[in-house]
Amino acid sequence: MSPLYHSRRQLLQGLAGAALLSQMALPALAQTRARLVVVGGGFGGASAAGAMKHLMPAASVTLVEASPHYYACPFSNLVIAGLRELDAQRFDYDGLTARGVEVVHDRAVDVDSIAHTVRLASGDQLAYDKLVLSPGIDFLWDAIEGYGREAVERMPHAWKAGGQTGLLRQKLEAMDDGGQVVMAIPPAPFRCPPGPYERASLIAHYLKAHKPRSRLLLLDAQDSFSKQPLFEQAWAEHYPDHLERYGAADFARVVSVDPDHMVLTTEFDDFRADVANVIPPQKAGEIAQRAGVADATGWCPIDPLSFASTLQTDIHVIGDATIAAPMPKSAFSANLQAKLCAVQIARVLGGLGPEPTILTNTCYSFISNDAAVSITGVYSNDAGRLQSVEGAGGLSPLNADPAIRTAEALQAETWFKTLTQAAFG
Amino acid sequence: MAVIRISAPETAEKNEVIEIKAMIQHPMETGYRRDERGDVIPRDIITNFRCGYNGEIVFEAEFLPGIAANPFLTFYLRATHSGSLNMSWTDQDGQSWSATHALTVA
Repeated sequence: MSPLYHSRRQLLQGLAGAALLSQMALPALAQTRARLVVVGGGFGGASAAGAMKHLMPAASVTLVEASPHYYACPFSNLVIAGLRELDAQRFDYDGLTARGVEVVHDRAVDVDSIAHTVRLASGDQLAYDKLVLSPGIDFLWDAIEGYGREAVERMPHAWKAGGQTGLLRQKLEAMDDGGQVVMAIPPAPFRCPPGPYERASLIAHYLKAHKPRSRLLLLDAQDSFSKQPLFEQAWAEHYPDHLERYGAADFARVVSVDPDHMVLTTEFDDFRADVANVIPPQKAGEIAQRAGVADATGWCPIDPLSFASTLQTDIHVIGDATIAAPMPKSAFSANLQAKLCAVQIARVLGGLGPEPTILTNTCYSFISNDAAVSITGVYSNDAGRLQSVEGAGGLSPLNADPAIRTAEALQAETWFKTLTQAAFG
Repeated sequence: MAVIRISAPETAEKNEVIEIKAMIQHPMETGYRRDERGDVIPRDIITNFRCGYNGEIVFEAEFLPGIAANPFLTFYLRATHSGSLNMSWTDQDGQSWSATHALTVA
């Protein structure tokens, strides 16, 4: 047993949901021999596989993930800014294997929701009693004219961590001083709502320190954004000469790009870039569309109690792919949704119904190399949808003493270690 | 202090026709809407835009309540000589905002 999970109740920390299990006889739930399949080895899928194996040790738990490694998105903006190495973002699945999860490194290409099977790229089929999809995001290619799969080498998105993260960093490092970096930010919803603005802060930090005659221009399809007053205060204080933002009121949604000539076009104007970072509009990962759990929005509607798909039986969807607003598309949310989903599956297999609980999300955003701000949300799911709990949670204070920002940066380090341990440890 | 965005070439050939884009962030409140208490939200609109080319007005527009928020104009002019383009917006109460763009004609 992993030292992280001393008891089943401890697994539920952050869920305020230990009561969900205390109502049921633990031995009953431990006996199920159900076939449980998880697709997607990110924060959601890895957490779900580990939690289900822990709660239901006699069940067979299979995790399908194409890649032997996972590169975490949280903290990857520090890598782009040269403040952290990409290796520190890399995790593997040995911990899950040691805990009894069967990890299959293959790509899930289709789901037959009637026959209850998942087809893999190798041709193999996996039969399931319950399927948990944690497919993350895919991009809406060509939603920005000219931004297809072939454009990502010249204009990296770096919105799935790994090679793209390193590529964007290399381009910044290779740029001459005096160059212009342009970032395109899509309309909501997208993975990690404060992510583009943390990245902007850290790129501006890099430019100020290493290429002081350069500047960063944000072309943002949004008018307002997560932690906006905190970011805007930080930019005014630290980067007045290095960062400028055009928003929706400036007609700044990027409608087309020309990767050969490094030009980004908004409804207002053309902007030339020496380094371009295009974050495209997004949808749930492709397998969600194949499984029939995504709706016309491209995202997956779920029952807020159990994260069961409302479109298919015996399939649950967690993480960025879900429609869970006001809960954000974040690694922390995915981890917590995974644990909740695992508990509810155990309850259902044990003959009980899903029960309401309270969920939370916390995320930190760096505004410089050693300063961060945070947001915490608390959510209920007992009214047929996820709702913010009034008066709970909160934001870092505005006009805070620098020591507070530094302390939050240190807390962020702990947060990252805890979260990655919970998912991959 | 309103946010103004201008896009225009910095240089042009003599007699070249150039494109000018001018945008100002403004709510353009029509005066026809009511708030949650049923009270009329007062009209607040820009009524006039002018572009001067070395002091001579070369483009002028009148705005009415049907014009959307953040009015954005694209127009063309013939570049005849180096100088400055001065763009100004005036609201219903006479308050105005302006921006200047330098143009060099070869």
